[in-house]
Amino acid sequence: MPIDWNKYDTGPFYDELVKNPGEPRAYAKDLCDYIQDLSDAELQEYKAAAESAIKVMGITFRVYNDEEGSIDRVWPFDIVPRLIELKEWQQIEKGLKQRVKALNMFIDDLYNEQKIIEDGIFPQDLLTHSKNFLPECKGFSPPLGIWAHICGSDLVRDQTGTVYVLEDNLRVPSGVSYMLENRHVMKRVFPEMFSKYDILPVDNYPSDLYDMLATLSPRDIPEPEIVVLTPGIYNSAYFEHAYLAQQMGAELVVGDDLVVDDDNCVYMRTINGLSRVDVIYRRIDDAFIDPEVFNPESTLGVTGLMRAWKAGNVALANAPGSGVADDKVVYSYVPQIIEYYLNEKPLLSNVPTYRCVNPEEKEYVLANIEKMVVKPANESGGYGMLIGPHASAKEHEEFRQLIKDDPRNYVAQPMLLLSTAPTIVGNEVEGRHLDLRPFILSGQDVRVTMGGLTRVALVKGSTVVNSSQGGGSKDTWIVDMEGS
Amino acid sequence: MLSRVASNLCWLGRYLERAENTARLINVNSNLLLDLPKSIVLGWEPIIDIVSDRTTYYANYEIADERSVLGFLLAGPNNPSSIVDSLEYARENARTIREIIPREAWEQINELYIYGDENRQKALFRRSRYDFLTEVIQSVQKITGILAGTMTHDEGYHFLKIGRNLERADMTTRIIDVRSASLLPETETEQSAFENLQWMSVLKSLTAYQMYRREVRLRIRRSDVLKFLLLEERFPRSLLHSLQEVSKCVQTLPNYEAALKEIEDVEKMLMNANPQTLIQDKLHQFIDDVQLGIHQVFNQLEETYF
Repeated sequence: MPIDWNKYDTGPFYDELVKNPGEPRAYAKDLCDYIQDLSDAELQEYKAAAESAIKVMGITFRVYNDEEGSIDRVWPFDIVPRLIELKEWQQIEKGLKQRVKALNMFIDDLYNEQKIIEDGIFPQDLLTHSKNFLPECKGFSPPLGIWAHICGSDLVRDQTGTVYVLEDNLRVPSGVSYMLENRHVMKRVFPEMFSKYDILPVDNYPSDLYDMLATLSPRDIPEPEIVVLTPGIYNSAYFEHAYLAQQMGAELVVGDDLVVDDDNCVYMRTINGLSRVDVIYRRIDDAFIDPEVFNPESTLGVTGLMRAWKAGNVALANAPGSGVADDKVVYSYVPQIIEYYLNEKPLLSNVPTYRCVNPEEKEYVLANIEKMVVKPANESGGYGMLIGPHASAKEHEEFRQLIKDDPRNYVAQPMLLLSTAPTIVGNEVEGRHLDLRPFILSGQDVRVTMGGLTRVALVKGSTVVNSSQGGGSKDTWIVDMEGS
Repeated sequence: MLSRVASNLCWLGRYLERAENTARLINVNSNLLLDLPKSIVLGWEPIIDIVSDRTTYYANYEIADERSVLGFLLAGPNNPSSIVDSLEYARENARTIREIIPREAWEQINELYIYGDENRQKALFRRSRYDFLTEVIQSVQKITGILAGTMTHDEGYHFLKIGRNLERADMTTRIIDVRSASLLPETETEQSAFENLQWMSVLKSLTAYQMYRREVRLRIRRSDVLKFLLLEERFPRSLLHSLQEVSKCVQTLPNYEAALKEIEDVEKMLMNANPQTLIQDKLHQFIDDVQLGIHQVFNQLEETYF
């Protein structure tokens, strides 16, 4: 039986493609018609073709679990794309640029004059207890005053269709390679669909990234040496590190390939001897990048890297210490941060956030925990969260205790009814919850990816989209409907 | 070029070549066994001698029957030179230098690894064995072609070729060493038919039979075969040709003098050898010396570049 959109139940949620059963949104009509015209056999064929393309292309990520250590998994992918109209996207893009600009000014201020604290907008106490604030960076300002050159912000939509920023990832955000590869796979498998729409291309990200990194070079030379520093093949995002290095034509290095010499410059070990490095796009967390300054046990980093960076002999993206803004408690201040530095109203909404560090807000969270989503301040990848409505009484109690023990480390948000999009399940389509992670590059100017990585929770009713927790992804099409 | 990357490319070349050579070896042995008379018990032990050693083998297997030896050659256990292991190492090496090799080549290497891993059972059965081994051989050929046709012939490419040709030289010496041992005690009378068969199989193990025929139109004779396999510089699998390839590649690299000297030492050894006088014991000694020379070339490369 071919797919019947009349049977597609959108439930209480906002669906990205379908307004009501049998009634696709205007920009999704051609796509829905196309899918409806496929026989079961064709649908399965496309699905198999996509899976086989992903397998052969070697698009993988690593998952850590207790039983098996870490295993390389094939990237789970759904063949129904997620569409966003260009008109709407342009508004979102403006909001993201505004947000990242303000966050960079905020980080630079925290490490230098701390005006925002003096002016009573941001509490001193929060900074004192911030895990990701690096005292080593005090009094330092990287070129252009930019700390987070690459930011990945997670966007969600609630049942009213409003777009919210759920979190900002300013340490080592990952996922952009999958955005690029998803498009590759769709072009291999569904070339006919591309003729029906004006889909804006996403391919220029690697060149934009290269250009941005090149502007950071301390040496004014035509071809600065740019490297991508990876923890190695056992890291969950190794595929992405290799992919971006390849796309940029940069060297992919591990810590052992680099050495900081007596002149405080960074060199790589080559077959010709040592060769100077200008820019390091590092995909290793702050704690591990330099055993001389941070975790002395780390074998992933480079001894003396911080010295070289502070001497201005090498650029690091993102700058060490950017993570101070990658904190769920800081997140709750972003609207004030935007108004303070830019004197503008925020264009994108923040999800209302309760800070457990404030006693009355903490009491509210403890009393309503079964209705809320509780997040630790500094975890990523969906680890350590509590989704109140989906958890047991025992788990609620555990989290109440965790909050009481360390209120600074927890925030809570009302449970949003995330939007859905049609996803292939067997021979049918069913709604699955999703989010969107666009990537924002900040150099001389600020650039945003055309769309981003759509992550989808493949389990019915689940809202956890992280690939480390069994999420999958879809290609994201920014479609220009004005011309057609 | 990073030292680590150079080393990985060199090993990638080696492992791919190793998988292909092992597949060719099994094919040839299967055919030879079908041709030999029942009175000659050749079996599969000589193959173990070529790719590994009997001690390792008998630590894991009780007998050297077809099924056990094939299992060992295909996927071990404890045979790091097995086809499936070689393909896995090749893939791991390619994965750590994904950004260096053309995407198409990576996809082929990845696909070949998946094929080998999923179909290893196939080669255990005579009926599907040929298909499996041919797929491995042709896939490696395809990868070699993609790399030759789409990768910039820079230092990285030369390291890959160095790895391939050193592995090839190593394998050639092993095959000559094991396969040239007489199948029959010297006392037997009319054995020429099988003697002929034996030297044909030596050539075939190195995919050299057809080319040898075009070159040497006489009956197949031991000394001619040895001369062809050791010294025919126009034949891409001869020892001298492999070494000359390594030599050419090395000379495109920085600071190549020490490595070049090691290669030239082995080349001299070959040039001075007289295949006419290399009877069994002497041949064995000679091959040992050549193998040692090849190892020294590799050690010198590691010393200089990795």
